[in-house]
Amino acid sequence: MAKVLMKGNEAIGAAAIKAGCKYFFGYPITPQNELPEYMARELPNIGGVFLQAESEVAAINMVYGAAGAGARVMTSSSSPGIALKQEGISYIAGAELPCVIVNIVRGGPGLGGIQPAQSDYYQATRGGGNGDYRHLVYAPATIQETVDLLMEAFDVAEQYRNPVMVIGDGMIGQMMEPVEFKEPKKRPIAPKTWSTDGTKGERKPNIINSLYIDPQELEDHVIRLENKYAEMKENETRYENYNVKDADVVVVAYGTTSRVVKNAIAKCEEEGIKIGLIRPITLWPFPDKAFEEITDRTKGILTVEMSTGQMIDDVKIAINGRKPVHFYGRTGGMVPIPDAIVEEIKKISGGVK
Amino acid sequence: MLKDNRIRVITGHYGSGKTEFAVNYAVKLAGVNKKVAIVDLDVVNPYFRSREKEGFLSDLGIRVIGSSIKGASSDLPAISGEVLTPLQDETFEAVLDVGGDPIGARSLGRYHEYFQKGKYDMLFVINANRFETQTKEKTIAYLKNIEVQSRAKVTGLINNTHLLRSTTIEDVLRGQELCKEVSEELNVPIRYVSCIENVAKELPKDIEGEIFPIKMYMREDWMS
Repeated sequence: MAKVLMKGNEAIGAAAIKAGCKYFFGYPITPQNELPEYMARELPNIGGVFLQAESEVAAINMVYGAAGAGARVMTSSSSPGIALKQEGISYIAGAELPCVIVNIVRGGPGLGGIQPAQSDYYQATRGGGNGDYRHLVYAPATIQETVDLLMEAFDVAEQYRNPVMVIGDGMIGQMMEPVEFKEPKKRPIAPKTWSTDGTKGERKPNIINSLYIDPQELEDHVIRLENKYAEMKENETRYENYNVKDADVVVVAYGTTSRVVKNAIAKCEEEGIKIGLIRPITLWPFPDKAFEEITDRTKGILTVEMSTGQMIDDVKIAINGRKPVHFYGRTGGMVPIPDAIVEEIKKISGGVK
Repeated sequence: MLKDNRIRVITGHYGSGKTEFAVNYAVKLAGVNKKVAIVDLDVVNPYFRSREKEGFLSDLGIRVIGSSIKGASSDLPAISGEVLTPLQDETFEAVLDVGGDPIGARSLGRYHEYFQKGKYDMLFVINANRFETQTKEKTIAYLKNIEVQSRAKVTGLINNTHLLRSTTIEDVLRGQELCKEVSEELNVPIRYVSCIENVAKELPKDIEGEIFPIKMYMREDWMS
């Protein structure tokens, strides 16, 4: 199929439908509204359901219900709306149900603003919900990558029976870029023998639940979940490394910010400074392995985020004290500019030798 | 460009490149010493609106009229009363950048009385690479819907078929075919063929419509 120009939000909608998503429950919020608008327009045409719930809390619980019945289901929101959904996400993870959750991040805290931000990193990777649970977090940097990961996210969610989050700053939602839709690689997905889609008189009723009365049973359940998360860490971690080996400075950035950083890196290269980039594509699991490529020659690590510094915690865990970790960020909806990043890089590298 | 009527309304599907065209158009008008006002009537998009370029445009002497509520982060559909200034004051060359869909075009209805035949032009921007304007039928349906909502007739088409920085001459020529079909069906001329400068150089000189090379003012360097 030829490439078409799409706005991130509508491309996510189109990708979801191509991936077999038939149900969408949500509540509007800028800067992701084109996505529910797209679903509202397109889902009825394919016999699906779009439902604007009375709140985000209702929407995520509708996702819980639809996922329990074995449907391919998605919800989307932006930062404060995702905060409201955290309880439901914990329940869905606890009940081991597949679904896809999209967060097009805006500035916070509170209502914040509508411009792009990456200040939901903690929320996405640490979980705003309660309990020992984890979920995959994909952080694409282009609209094409958003579409590819979104389509795969539905399969991944079903393979592990776990919610998958796709996170993009507002720019990913609002930006226009050329895209094409490609089938994701096939994954082993077991039949949904657990879903509450009617016994047909052939089996006992399935029950979707996250409540365990017996603490030993709950511990067993949590350990089983933990093993599943370990398997996800092993198999699903993704990142892009660029010139990391022997770089003067290695920059760590994800999403839109990584693109600004690439521009800054190109400027440094023109001046003869060798800069590497680690771009996490999954925020959870965090790509610790990517940091093994860093050699003694590297003077320091620079983490660049559209926040006051959240991913930096994971960078510090990954580098484990081997190198100093520095930070540069803009927040509140401000996007860093390449020149400012170049300046920070030079502070660490000591400039041109 | 100077032959267009004093009030120019730029409309089209979002992603068609309206705002980029409108900003380029205003810059070119200012470049030939015209007194220019660009009016951002976009109540649909939260990002990439012409008002974001207020500093750059003001420096060129262009008056930028956006929301009555200051701040790029405002997501309220508030339009300034100042919009009437360039519509009423005939010393202004007015460029109206309208939100990118029929709902966005509804904001034009309020200025209906200024859109008199021979006094205004409403230019409809077409990007054949946008999924909702890839065929003649869909494009015409979209255009008609905008006309109904805005209560104004489209007087010219702009072929702005693009894939951002990866636009090729083939994109533009394919878009031109679509524009021709729309043009013939509606009896509305193709007024401009706009595209990035390196592609504009390659276009056949006899192409219908004025070749209008544009700079990408709205996209940061790191964007594709």
